[in-house]
Amino acid sequence: MNFSIVRFILGWILKFESVFLLLPALVGLFYGEQRASGSYLISAALCLLVGFLVSFKPPVSRQLYMREGFACVALGWLVMSIFGAVPFVLCGDIPSCTDALFETVSGFTTTGASILTDVEALTHASLFWRSFTHWVGGMGVFVFIMAILPLMGGSTMNLMRAESPGPSVGKLVPRVMDTAKILYGIYLGITLLQSILLCICGLDLFESLTTTFGTVGTGGFGIYNSSIGGFSPVVQNVITVFMILSGINYMAYFYLLRREPRKIFAIEEVRWYLAVILASALVICANIRPLYGTLGEALRHSFFQVGSIITTTGYSTADFDAWPMLSKTILVLLMFCGACAGSTGGGIKVSRFVILFKTIGRELSTMIHPRLVRKIKMDGHSVPQEVVRSTHVYISVYFILLLASMLLISVDGHNFTTNFTAVAATLNNIGPGLDLVGPAQNFALYSAFSKYVLIFDMLAGRLELFPMLILLLPSCWKKY
Amino acid sequence: MQIIIVGCGKVGYTLVEQLSGEEHNLVVIDEKEDRVASITDNLDAMGIVGNGVSYQTLQEAGIAQADLLIAVTGSDEQNLLCCVIAKKAGNCKTIARVRNPIYNSELEFLRKELGLAMIINPEMTCANEIARIFQFPSAMKIDTFSKGRIELLHFRVTKECLLNNYQLLHIRTALKCDVLVCTVVRREQVFIPRGDFVFQAGDVVSVVSSPAQANEFFRKIGINIGRVRTVMIVGGGKIAYYLTRRLLAAGIETKIIEQDRERCEQLSSLLPKATVICGDGTDQSLLLEEGLEQVQGFAALTGLDEENILLSLYAKKISPRTKVVTKVNRISFNSVLSDLKLDSITYPRLMTADSIIKYARSMNESLNSNVENLYKLEEGKVEALEFYIKEENRVTGIPLQNMHIKKNILICCINRGGRIIIPGGQDMLAPGDFAVVVTMNTARLHDIKDIME
Repeated sequence: MNFSIVRFILGWILKFESVFLLLPALVGLFYGEQRASGSYLISAALCLLVGFLVSFKPPVSRQLYMREGFACVALGWLVMSIFGAVPFVLCGDIPSCTDALFETVSGFTTTGASILTDVEALTHASLFWRSFTHWVGGMGVFVFIMAILPLMGGSTMNLMRAESPGPSVGKLVPRVMDTAKILYGIYLGITLLQSILLCICGLDLFESLTTTFGTVGTGGFGIYNSSIGGFSPVVQNVITVFMILSGINYMAYFYLLRREPRKIFAIEEVRWYLAVILASALVICANIRPLYGTLGEALRHSFFQVGSIITTTGYSTADFDAWPMLSKTILVLLMFCGACAGSTGGGIKVSRFVILFKTIGRELSTMIHPRLVRKIKMDGHSVPQEVVRSTHVYISVYFILLLASMLLISVDGHNFTTNFTAVAATLNNIGPGLDLVGPAQNFALYSAFSKYVLIFDMLAGRLELFPMLILLLPSCWKKY
Repeated sequence: MQIIIVGCGKVGYTLVEQLSGEEHNLVVIDEKEDRVASITDNLDAMGIVGNGVSYQTLQEAGIAQADLLIAVTGSDEQNLLCCVIAKKAGNCKTIARVRNPIYNSELEFLRKELGLAMIINPEMTCANEIARIFQFPSAMKIDTFSKGRIELLHFRVTKECLLNNYQLLHIRTALKCDVLVCTVVRREQVFIPRGDFVFQAGDVVSVVSSPAQANEFFRKIGINIGRVRTVMIVGGGKIAYYLTRRLLAAGIETKIIEQDRERCEQLSSLLPKATVICGDGTDQSLLLEEGLEQVQGFAALTGLDEENILLSLYAKKISPRTKVVTKVNRISFNSVLSDLKLDSITYPRLMTADSIIKYARSMNESLNSNVENLYKLEEGKVEALEFYIKEENRVTGIPLQNMHIKKNILICCINRGGRIIIPGGQDMLAPGDFAVVVTMNTARLHDIKDIME
C-alpha cells in the first residue's frame, strides 16, 4: 500500500474539517455561548495543525489504486469522526469520550442514533454541529474534496467509488471533478429550497437549517426531544416530501437539470422506490387508522414514518413503537430496503433488491429450462455478471455482519427486539429502532463495548461494508 | 472540448491518457465491457458500453454537444461509418483511423466525400518515419517541421564523438554549425541546456536545423554513418508494406522476411521490386544466410514487441555498423528500453495520438496562430510544436532577448518564406512565420502567445 498518499489525503480531510468546525463556533458566538464557541475554535485549530503537519510533506508517489482508495475512505471517516468528537468533550456537552465518538459517527454516517437522554440541554453550537455532520456525511466528504481540489487525475474515481452508495458507481459527466461539482450543486440546491420553505412555514432560521441538514443528508438528529413531533403538520409534510426526494437517485435531478424529465421515470429503481413507499404507507395508514382521530392525521403519520425509515433518515412524528405489529414489521423491513443507489440514503438500496429478485426469477426459470440463457436487465441495459455477483456477496455479508453484531451486543443482556433493531438501525444508518431503542428512547443503555460495535456498524453501513472490512484484512496493510 | 472516442484499444487508451491532460471532456465507447472499464478505472473519462456506429449509443455519449469524434476501432469500415453517422447525428468534426492499404490511394477522396476532418493512417506515418531514419542514419529519430524544411534530430553522444566532453557554446563558435541544441536526456532526466553545458558520452541530444546543415554538423562531430543502401525487414505487416514502397522509391534495395506464405505472395505482387523471403525471421541461420552481416539497415517489424527487441539486439551484435530500427507497439517499459542502447525505436501508437492532439489543439479557431505540428518527445516530458503566426500580436516585432518567455521554453527555429533561421537574441517573429518551439512545461501551448509570461 502507498501509505504516503493515504497520509496526504487524510491531512487534507482534517484541513477541510477545521473549516467545517468554524461554523458551529460562529453559531456559538451568535447565541453567546462562549465556552462552546471556544471549544469549537480550539478543535478547528487542532484539526488545522494536525492536518498541516500530516500533509506538509508531499506524497512520495501519487499513485492511488483501489486498495489506497478504500483505505483512504475508511480511515478518513474514522479520523474525521474522532476529531469531530473533540468539541463535544471539550465543551462538556457529552463528557464521555465513547459517547462523543458514538454521537459524531452517528452524525457523519447520517444515522441519527443518539446516546443523549435530553437533547434540549445541549448548547446551540453542539446542536448545529450535530446536524451539520449529517450534511457533510450525506453526500460524502471525499466527493466534496474532489469538487474543490484537482487532487489527482483519473484515479480519484477509486475514492468516489469507495464512498458513494450503490452497486455500480458511474459518472454524470466525463470528469470526476465536474461530476462531484454537479452532485454538490444539486445537494446545495435541495438544501436551500427546503430551508427556505421551512422558514416560510414558520420555523426560525436555526430550526430550519438544522432540520434541513438532517433531512437532505437523511440523517435524523432532531433539536428537540420529540424529534419532529412538535412541529406543525405543514412543516411535517414539507419534511416528508424532502425526505423522499433525498432518497431518490441523484441521476434523476441531473436529468431534470438537463430538461429530460421523461428519463427520470425510465430509471427502474426510482419507480420501485416510489411504488414501495406508496404501498407501505397505504397499508400502514389502514392499520393505524383507529389510533388517530382523522384519516388525514393517519395518512400524515404513515407517510412521514415510511419516508423517514426507507430513506434511512430516522425522524419521527409519533412513537411508532406503540403502533400495531403489522406496521412495525413493515417499518423494520423498510429499514433493510433503504433508499436508491446514488442518493444520500443508506440501507441495502432498492437497486440491489431489484437485481436480487431478478436473479431469483432467473434461477427459478433455470429449474424449468435447464439450458436457459437470460441476462439480467436494468433500465434496458444488461447488468454485468460482475455486478450481479457483487450484489449477492454484498447482501450475504450484510446479514452476516448483522448477525455477528447482534451476537456481540447480546452480552449486555437486553431483549431480542431491542438488539435486533439496534443493529438494524445503525447498520442501515436509520437511527431509532424498536422497544428500548425506539423513537422515544436512545442508545444510552448500551455498554461501551456495544457502542464500539455499533460505531463499526454505522461506518460499515455508510461506506457500503467493504472499505471497513478491508481494514481488517492483514494484506491491506502490507507494503507490497 | 467535448470529445468522443470510439474504440478502447491501444490507441484509444493512449489518446485518453494524453487528451485528458489537456482539459477536455472525454467519453469513450467500446463494445467490450472490460476494455471500457480499463479506461474508466485508471483515467478521467466516462465510459459507455455499446456499438459506436449505433445512433442511440452516440446519443447516449452526448453526440449533440460533442466537438470532435475520433474513431479508432479495429475495423476501418466501422470507423468510417461511425464518423459518417456522427456527422449526421451531431455537428462535430470527425477523425477516422483507416489502415488498409487498399484505401490508401483513396484517402483524400474518402475524406472529402464523407465529410471527415482527418483520416489517420498510423502505419503509413510510422513507415515514413522509419524511411526518414534510413535515409539519414546518423540520427536516432527525426521529426520534421515545415514540410521537411526543418528537422529535429535526436542522436546519442558516443565516446568517439567530438561532442564528448565538449562545451555547448563552442558548437556555433568553433564548429561554425548553424544548429541549435534543444534538449539533452541524461540518466532519464530531461533538460534544456545552457551555453556552459558540457556533453558526455551517453547523452541523448536533440538539435534543430535544416537538413543540409544537419548533414554538415554530423560530419563535423564525427558520427556520420553514411547512407543506407540495403535494408532487411523482418515481419511483413502493413508498416513493412508502406516502408518498402518508400524505400524502393528512394532506390534502396529492400528484403522482407515473412513467415506466412500467403502474405508473402501478396507482398510480392504488390511490391514486385522487393525481395520477399518466406521464412521464420527469428531463425538465426536464415538471417545470416540472407546477409544480416552485410546489410546496412535492419527493421524489426513483427507483431510481437519482445521478438522485435531481441531481433534488434541480435542484429546489432552481428553487425555493429548496421542501423537498426525497432517497432514497439504495446509494451511501455521505456526506462528499460532506453538502457538497451537500441538505435531507434518507433511507437506507432504514440504517433497516432500526436497527430490527433495536434488537430485538437488547432481546432480552436479564435486564436491568431495555428498549431501546424506537434511531437511529444522523451516520454511526453517535452513537446515540440510548430506554430503558424497568422497576424500581428504581442509576440511579433520584439527582439527575442527582450521577450519575457516562460521558463523552459525555447524558440528554436523560424521558417520565414522558406528561409530557415536559427534565431539569436536580435531576431524577431513576424506574421507569416512558422516558428518551432520546444517546451518542457507540460502546460499546454495552444497559441504562440502562450509562451509569454
